[in-house]
Amino acid sequence: MNSKPDSDHWLVRASTIRGFWIGGIAVLVLTVVAQLFIPIKGYFVVDGWLGFAAIFGFVSCVLMVIVAKIMGKLLKREEHYYDD
Amino acid sequence: MIDVFLPPAFILIFAAILIGLLRGHLRTAVIFLAPVLALWAVWQVPDGVVTSMGFLGYTIEPVEGSPVRRLFATIFLIMAFVGSLFAYRQARTVEMMAAFVYAAGAIGTAFAGDLITLFVFWELMAIFSTVIVWCGGTEAARKAGIRYAILHLIGGVILKIGIVGVVIQTGSVDVQPMLANSFATWMILIGLLINAAAPPFSAWLSDAYPEATPTGAVFLSAFTTKTAVLALILLYPGEPILIGVGLFMVFYGIIYALLENNARRILSYSIVNQVGFMVVAIGIGSELAINGAAAHAVAHIIYKGLLFMAAGVVVYRTGLHKCTDLGGLFRTMPLTCICGIIGALAISSFPLTSGFTTKALISQAAVADGLVVIYFLLAAASAGVFLHAGIKFPWFVFFQKDSGLRPKDAPWNMGLAMVIFASFCIILGVFPQLLYQLLPYPLEYQAYTPSKVVFYLQLLLFSGLAFFLLLPAMKRTLTITLDTDWLWRVLFVRMGNGVYALIESTGDALGNQAKSRLNAIQQRARRLWGNQGVFARSWLIGSTAIWIAVLLSGYVLIYYL
Repeated sequence: MNSKPDSDHWLVRASTIRGFWIGGIAVLVLTVVAQLFIPIKGYFVVDGWLGFAAIFGFVSCVLMVIVAKIMGKLLKREEHYYDD
Repeated sequence: MIDVFLPPAFILIFAAILIGLLRGHLRTAVIFLAPVLALWAVWQVPDGVVTSMGFLGYTIEPVEGSPVRRLFATIFLIMAFVGSLFAYRQARTVEMMAAFVYAAGAIGTAFAGDLITLFVFWELMAIFSTVIVWCGGTEAARKAGIRYAILHLIGGVILKIGIVGVVIQTGSVDVQPMLANSFATWMILIGLLINAAAPPFSAWLSDAYPEATPTGAVFLSAFTTKTAVLALILLYPGEPILIGVGLFMVFYGIIYALLENNARRILSYSIVNQVGFMVVAIGIGSELAINGAAAHAVAHIIYKGLLFMAAGVVVYRTGLHKCTDLGGLFRTMPLTCICGIIGALAISSFPLTSGFTTKALISQAAVADGLVVIYFLLAAASAGVFLHAGIKFPWFVFFQKDSGLRPKDAPWNMGLAMVIFASFCIILGVFPQLLYQLLPYPLEYQAYTPSKVVFYLQLLLFSGLAFFLLLPAMKRTLTITLDTDWLWRVLFVRMGNGVYALIESTGDALGNQAKSRLNAIQQRARRLWGNQGVFARSWLIGSTAIWIAVLLSGYVLIYYL
């Protein structure tokens, strides 16, 4: 996508995508920093720690993708498997 | 109040017949007026049993009102109305008719005061949703429809066995809360869970829905599973087994959606995932949890309908289903893209969308009962929803790569339907009280606190980061993923073929002598009972009359002797 010429839609230009990454990371940092000013009321202690939700969300997703990968190895078949 | 209250479902059944008979503007008028009229009828239903009558010695209560029943009937009718707007110019007449009877089944079930009425409307849904699957028109749709019908009819039989058992045990056919503590109540629970797409029978959903037409899948996404949710709320609130079943559904939906390539199948798996949240809440069973299940069902019908509409428009315009074939459609389909993104944000329970204000009730119910593990599993699942539906669906369909496709955006009616549902997603996210006041139990709940918003923003946005960092690992492949339906699509077929081959080879092994004896028996049987056999051939009326006369005179003669 990065190799698309500038004549393509502005959304997919390399400069825009770089901007999205920078802006996105800034927002991510901001959500964690915000916790310093807006304390999260944890229900079970740990969920009130600084950046807990960020790490929890990220790690959960990585784990789910890993599990999906492993299950995919076992259960994926080519798409016409049932057709014959 | 009138004594015999006509079930609101009958309005839609009558409308379905009219849709088949009428053409042109009259047909359009029926399509749009019938859901409105039925909605009016729904809000005339007072609390408690409205109609009752005797049937085979049982007291049948076809219409029983309560806040949660009215709420579900209302959202079913909103779905019927907006779904019809989406479909009425593109769908075939038979599909529109089936959709109306299917919706009637859902509404009939919602108001069923007794198990017999519930069963009748339940089967009505099974039959006419099968018709909608068949309207897909392809060979794949025909086969998936047959599998769908078989599974739902088996589910119906199991439900029926349970109902009969409960009636024998208690003598009552009333729809009332129970627990799975006997064979009969287990059978009812299993029957309901099959329709809720719970394991091990969840495969019917992702098998059948993607084969329907772009319009048919929108109707399918709304009624069957959510009727099952309502039935579980009415019959099994606080049944602990549901917590485990629901959690399994939640993660099953995420994992399978992550592996999937077909856009509408991704959405199908995420139905199982979302219904899982509701099933967990019903298992918790507190007033807050039941409120959460009901509210989430309402929000879910809207955003899942919206997502199936967006995917439907893509299928309608391109004829393509697979993520590997799609991509870059945002260029020419901006409206569909934006509506799809709003639906995706809502299903991910992003702040300011309906998913945030409803799913939070379920998490809060877990907190209130001190269910630590369940609370964290639900939070992890919320992150997973953003991963598999919230970003994956719009990303692979509308962005990803330039597929070179430049399809037109949605036709006006499809676009309008999407805009209506997208607005609902945001309105219920910004003004949650609109929905909260309709919930079965009074609710004092502050949906938006700075603490909650920051927590969920962190959770969701970092899931988004995980998605884009793991993108190389999520490259779509031209594959399907085996599910429990492999058992009956492959294993049972192989076993059947094995048994057949065994019988054949046994016959061969018996040798020629045995075979010729068998043949002789067969020929003798054919001589006696075949077409021209003594015992089977047809006789002339004359000779029959003579024989009767002879026999009768013989009888009279013997009688006098």
